[in-house]
Amino acid sequence: MRYSAPTTVDEALATLTAEPNARVFAGATDLIPQLRSGRPEPALIVDLKRIDRLRGVTLTDATWTIGAATPTSHLTRNAGFAADFPGLTEAAGLIGSDQIQNRSSLGGNLCNASPAADSVPALIANDARVVVASASGERVVRVDGITIGPGATSLAPGEFIIEFQLDRPAASTSDAYLRMIPRTEMDIAVVGAAARITTDGGLCTGATIVLGAVAPIATRVNDAETALVGSTFTDDALAAVAAAASAACDPIDDKRGTIAYRRQVAGVLARRAVALARMRSTASSNESSQT
Amino acid sequence: MTATDQTATKQTATEQTTTEQTAAAAYKWVGTRPVRPDGVDKVTGKAQFGADRVLPGMLEGVVARSPHAHARIVSIDTTAAAAMPGVHAVITGADFPDLSDSGASADDVSRSRNVMARDKVLYVGHVVAAVAAQTRRQARAAADAIVVEYDVLDHVLTLDQATADGAPLLHPEMVARGIDPEDARPNTASRVAHERGDLDVGFANADVIIERSFTTQAVHQGYIEPHAAVADVTRDGRAELWCSSQGHFAIRSMSTTVLGWELSDVKVTPAEIGGGFGGKTTIYLEPLSLLLSQRSGRPVRMVMDRNEVFTASGPTSGSNIRVKLGATAAGALTAADIMLEYEAGAFPGSPVGAAAMTAIACYDVPNFSVVGFDVVLNRPKTAAYRAPGAPAAAFAVESVLDEVARELSIDPIDLRLMNAAVEGTQASYGPTFPRIGFVETLEAIRHCDHYQSPLGPNQGRGIGCGFWFNVGGNSTATVNVHEDGRLTVMTGSPDIGGSRSSMALFAAEELGIDVNTIQSIIGDTDTIGFADVTGGSRVTLSTGAAVIEACREMREDLCRRAALMWDVDRDLVEWVDGRAQHVDRTETPLSLADVAAKAGRTGGPISVTAAMNMRGAGAGFSTQVVDVEIDPETGQTSVVRFTTAQDAGTAIHPSYVEGQMQGGVVQGIGWALNETYTYREDGSLDNDSFLDYRVPVASDLPMIDTIIVEVPNPAHPYGVRGVGEVGIVPTMGAVANAIHDAIGHRLCDLPMSPMRILDAINQGNG
Ligand SMILES: Cc1cc2nc3c(=O)[nH]c(=O)nc-3n(C[C@H](O)[C@H](O)[C@H](O)COP(=O)(O)OP(=O)(O)OC[C@H]3O[C@@H](n4cnc5c(N)ncnc54)[C@H](O)[C@@H]3O)c2cc1C
Repeated sequence: MRYSAPTTVDEALATLTAEPNARVFAGATDLIPQLRSGRPEPALIVDLKRIDRLRGVTLTDATWTIGAATPTSHLTRNAGFAADFPGLTEAAGLIGSDQIQNRSSLGGNLCNASPAADSVPALIANDARVVVASASGERVVRVDGITIGPGATSLAPGEFIIEFQLDRPAASTSDAYLRMIPRTEMDIAVVGAAARITTDGGLCTGATIVLGAVAPIATRVNDAETALVGSTFTDDALAAVAAAASAACDPIDDKRGTIAYRRQVAGVLARRAVALARMRSTASSNESSQT
Repeated sequence: MTATDQTATKQTATEQTTTEQTAAAAYKWVGTRPVRPDGVDKVTGKAQFGADRVLPGMLEGVVARSPHAHARIVSIDTTAAAAMPGVHAVITGADFPDLSDSGASADDVSRSRNVMARDKVLYVGHVVAAVAAQTRRQARAAADAIVVEYDVLDHVLTLDQATADGAPLLHPEMVARGIDPEDARPNTASRVAHERGDLDVGFANADVIIERSFTTQAVHQGYIEPHAAVADVTRDGRAELWCSSQGHFAIRSMSTTVLGWELSDVKVTPAEIGGGFGGKTTIYLEPLSLLLSQRSGRPVRMVMDRNEVFTASGPTSGSNIRVKLGATAAGALTAADIMLEYEAGAFPGSPVGAAAMTAIACYDVPNFSVVGFDVVLNRPKTAAYRAPGAPAAAFAVESVLDEVARELSIDPIDLRLMNAAVEGTQASYGPTFPRIGFVETLEAIRHCDHYQSPLGPNQGRGIGCGFWFNVGGNSTATVNVHEDGRLTVMTGSPDIGGSRSSMALFAAEELGIDVNTIQSIIGDTDTIGFADVTGGSRVTLSTGAAVIEACREMREDLCRRAALMWDVDRDLVEWVDGRAQHVDRTETPLSLADVAAKAGRTGGPISVTAAMNMRGAGAGFSTQVVDVEIDPETGQTSVVRFTTAQDAGTAIHPSYVEGQMQGGVVQGIGWALNETYTYREDGSLDNDSFLDYRVPVASDLPMIDTIIVEVPNPAHPYGVRGVGEVGIVPTMGAVANAIHDAIGHRLCDLPMSPMRILDAINQGNG
């Protein structure tokens, strides 16, 4: 197995074209355990961390750009980002431990394509986009267009993600992410739920609800969104969110959770994530009215 | 800050708590908390653990393991492997002597077949061959190239499967002990029973009778350091072995027995140990590395991966337990009927015997029957784990006791006090208790702030109690005075809980010298006399007794030498505050350094060795209270508060007593809430990593508050009881009782995972 560390996107693309049996990586917190556990080794591993465009968290106009290989700890330590996306920040901050977060990246979390990846539901809920590098030129793709199944992405061989783009949230809009694990950290989500909520006074005017770990890929719960928008977050509306979330699950029975458990708890977490995001959206509208 | 400064601060910072908590006021050094001698090396990464040994020309050894849970080995072809690049030696079962007709004990035969399969493999991960090569990669590639032809047999993974009629037999030739042939059940190796009184009478006298069935899961000891061994066999047949273990003498005898070598041809040097908890009292890689080294003529290092640790090194038993208790309306226990079925793993030898002895040892019950069965199945051979056998039995008994207390509306501590074993009670396993401190632990919990505090919403509180024998046994200590008058204390007991410090504290106390000037070390098998394993909570008690005896003999010798130096009668010299003193104060007192400087003229080097087989271990008891908070919608348990009280006899180094108490509780919490093995249908392990084998992480735990109770053991010069094990015994029962208190449902199956708890809540709501 060879190692290379290109310093530009073009150099990386050329390296990948020259060696088809190659894997890119950022923090390698998924890659190394996978190789250790006996997955076949590629001929070449390509370290993306030396490419400037893939590192950093910047705000330009109303859009945040996050390099795909940026350690998630840089993201969670960015106060401006955390204020705009408290839920996504929470999700990124749940990955592993401090040590893991000094390595782990959003690009790796997304492209490892685990159904349980913690940052993915919150990225989808916030309409994140990715910029994909390809020999045929760059393209921008919605984040929910990347994962297509457990361990599988829509990226063609030789392609990789350069950066994530997130528009700043509209007024009175905020997000939340909650996950269930049997421990308090260092674990894989049994259920994850992200919500982004927009409010107008007591009224829900916008909702995006996405579940993780309960289906082959992160799952948007349209029925829950429909039940919520136009409501005043009544108990009935929240119960409908929970019911829709449970119904949207297509989970597996495995060592980490049973189907029945995942279904029931998906409803609970979806409801709680909505309530939390709503509270934050109201708080953010208070703030903006003050300033 | 220098190391000395740190020592000073540490002592002042902790001294107040020491004096209020312990009875050590009578002592100058015993009961203080000096910094551990191995601490700096461990935090700076300098300490040498099992895998850290590197020798010139060293090869790396790896193991080839069975992919089948149960199969006959038809053939093994190592030709291709042996010819691969870098490979120096390949060994299989054919390279080991067959012990079955050699007069070796049944345990030795099992061990021999566990470290290297012969005609059959009995679990996924059972060793079928081992390879030594230049690099680990080459060795792994060669191990993968070994061709084993298997005749696959049906396997059994659970107690119920193993004992079902017609179950496939792991050892068709096995003769069950203690079972009449007409009652024989498949795969059942033995039956043990403890009985007293008349059960029918006991239950007839009961106003309340409660019976429940429980299951507990096999759990791993979870030590951080994987098994590792480095062997170097020289051409003259002598061998050296470096490994971390709980007893290098035991490793030597087990390894040489399995290999058929002369015991004393092998020298074993103990490495620092990164956790054992009972699991490092047996052999895995040690004989393999020795044989590979002999075959290759090179040193060989072998280190397990974590998945090998989980797949093939010793968990403790899972169990099926039935408990039926009877009590009068006033709360007196009248009868106990208990059935215990324990998993032994692939070879006989679960700790069901100890489980049966300890199950109701906390209580004085007039009529009881405790029956236990040892059952083999296609999983790794179990190994000792902290109070082997006791925690699962206590989980069941303490759960049913809690129900008795609820049924009778008696406070759970009162119920236990009413039935508590005290001095003079005939223990359920036979002997009559001398002075013990069970009642004192119950009183300590009853009066602690925690037990008096109110509970919040969704919270529940549980009580649990536990007993463990603690053991004595063989130990050797050598105390040497250097030319400068400083002291080295050497024993043969690997330090797994801070015992080096405790040995130094005994010596400091006995000789009246500063503990921080004493070297406390562990000798290899050629350097120091024999010691039993560090297990059974025996080292501070037994090895400590050897150190104390050696120091007392040395004090006598020092007085004799001072008398010679002063040319006075021996009787006129006494040893006070680290110095020889004339009873009439007519001579300038002599320090250790003064006496050491003249040692050549008073009889030569100053060195004393004491070796003994210590009797009179003091039984240990623990009482615990825990508060849990349950998320009623997810079944998630948070342990919000925990207090453990334990009778230490005398706390020699209170920090290490507290460490043992806390460690036991933490392991018990893991066992109670999340730890379990998930096997696939084919018998392979699905969660062979710390990611999915869920030991508690730090953020899962509250501070574990400790109350050290000190009821001195009358049989020990300082009143020491063992403290290492009993702390895990009450925990699962206490947690189960707290969960019941919180959600109103009794969970009888471990682990009490969020899924199980939510199921129980759902059923209650449905
Ligand atoms: C102890 C531990 C705990 C963990 N806990 C969690 C957790 O709580 N939640 C969670 O979601 N995950 C967890 N993980 C998994 C892992 O840390 C995360 O998925 C992390 O975000 C991966 O990022 P990385 O940069 O390390 O990925 P890498 O290992 O570098 O890459 C992962 C995959 O993505 C591909 N890839 C990486 N970057 C790109 C890119 N820019 N473009 C295209 N493909 C790319 C790689 O080829 C590889 O297939 C844990 C891992 C460990 C070891």
